[in-house]
Amino acid sequence: MNKHEWLQRIYDQYMAYEKREKRIVRFFQAIIVITFFSLWEIASRFQWIDPLLFSSPSSIWHLFITKIRDHTLLSHTTVTLTETILGFIVGTMIGVCFATILWWFPRVSKIVDPYLVILNAMPKVALGPILIVALGPNMTSIVAMGAIISIIITTIVVYTSFKEVDANYIKVLQTFGATKQQWFTEVILPASFPTIISTLKVNVGLSWVGVIVGEFLVSKQGLGYMIIYGFQVFNFTLVLLSLLMIALLSSIMYQLVGWLEKKLIKRA
Amino acid sequence: MPILTIDQVMHAYVTNQSAVLALDHLSLNVERGEFLSFLGPSGCGKTTLLSIVAGLITPTKGRVLIEGKEIHTMRQTIGYMLQHDYLFPWKTIEQNVTLGLKLTGKYSEKTKRQTLALLHQIGLRDVDDRYPNELSGGMRQRAALVRTLATDPKILLLDEPFSALDYQTKLKLEDLVWETLKQYRKTALLVTHDIGEAIAMSDRIVLFTARPGKIQKIVTVPDSLRACTPFQARQHPDFSPLFQMIWKELESIEQT
Repeated sequence: MNKHEWLQRIYDQYMAYEKREKRIVRFFQAIIVITFFSLWEIASRFQWIDPLLFSSPSSIWHLFITKIRDHTLLSHTTVTLTETILGFIVGTMIGVCFATILWWFPRVSKIVDPYLVILNAMPKVALGPILIVALGPNMTSIVAMGAIISIIITTIVVYTSFKEVDANYIKVLQTFGATKQQWFTEVILPASFPTIISTLKVNVGLSWVGVIVGEFLVSKQGLGYMIIYGFQVFNFTLVLLSLLMIALLSSIMYQLVGWLEKKLIKRA
Repeated sequence: MPILTIDQVMHAYVTNQSAVLALDHLSLNVERGEFLSFLGPSGCGKTTLLSIVAGLITPTKGRVLIEGKEIHTMRQTIGYMLQHDYLFPWKTIEQNVTLGLKLTGKYSEKTKRQTLALLHQIGLRDVDDRYPNELSGGMRQRAALVRTLATDPKILLLDEPFSALDYQTKLKLEDLVWETLKQYRKTALLVTHDIGEAIAMSDRIVLFTARPGKIQKIVTVPDSLRACTPFQARQHPDFSPLFQMIWKELESIEQT
């Protein structure tokens, strides 16, 4: 056997091992899902858990079909999804803009530093009632909730990453007589892309929190409304259906951000 | 007229604790095409001096003239090479080496071609579209040299550019940089801790005292060594005696 064949065999063995490992992981992941839903269904049928409170996968499924048929689920989901995506984008963009201002004007950053700490520590959802009164009980105030919840943390995290960019990269630009705007576009922003993407991932979750709380308060439409309505009429099947929809959609959004990450950060 | 005049430069660093004198009445003339090395204990303000010459910081007192003119009007005549390559990881090698051209508004099809030709000339072929993390340390530092030379600076400032490399790569790069600079008749200031490197590469060696940084002595390297490439110079019989002399000189600086 020559060296080439030998290396090929070692490589094949390695790949076979990797493939097997992947299959085992997938297998157990599937087992967990199946077990969870089966146990839930069985426990509910045999009244080990209160079916009124915890419902069951089958009744959630039936409700899902009914709601799809009468088109209400689609409309509620579309509303919530639109609000969340808008809140997410607006929140992240304003946060990055604030971070840019702080980086551009160091004195502003020194001045507002304590206020940022206070704003960050404050629970933003507590602003909900004020927002709804100020902007009206409509989509605008819900989007504002989705955005406001992530603005401050985005500002702080992105600004910190702007500051932590190795000063020697700036030095390289300075020796070419670059302007401050060029520092920003050539170094600060691209060097911070990884951080910005990771705040995007955090913001996906935060925007959902903001939007759902907003819908609780406005109580007109959306998945948050479905939860609060189901709670009021004691229809927990409806609550759990909404929860599952939220889990599904937020995972998809998270995956999309992951895909964006791969697109944007080719190297580094 | 000397290409670079450092005239009675003093510089103080101010911190919350105190103001510290980093450079004390420094004066120096550098002729066109000369290769100067700055040797001295750490904290002697060598890097501060380079930053001042590059126009990155303004000296507290004194002037720096390039061809008789104040430096802030001449920034684009200076090229600065740092200890690490600081190639931008999100740019390809081509984008990295042409960065200076774009920033200084000199980018054109012609300058781009010249820069890429220089890249190939110093042994970096087929890497234009690669990213820095695909290159070895020596290759990256060579790309950084091309980036610095691309804007055709008159004076090159080299701040320990070889210190992060392994010994073999360092020796090879010394020769390459030396030959490239001689070929294009560039003036260069090199900051280094390595006495051998200073002797092998320079025409004159400036010895610094520490805190505050002052010029202790300027050693002129004999013609016999200057005629050789850095690698040959290290083997030359005149190398060792000069090394000993500078060694003793630096020892005496540290004791005072």
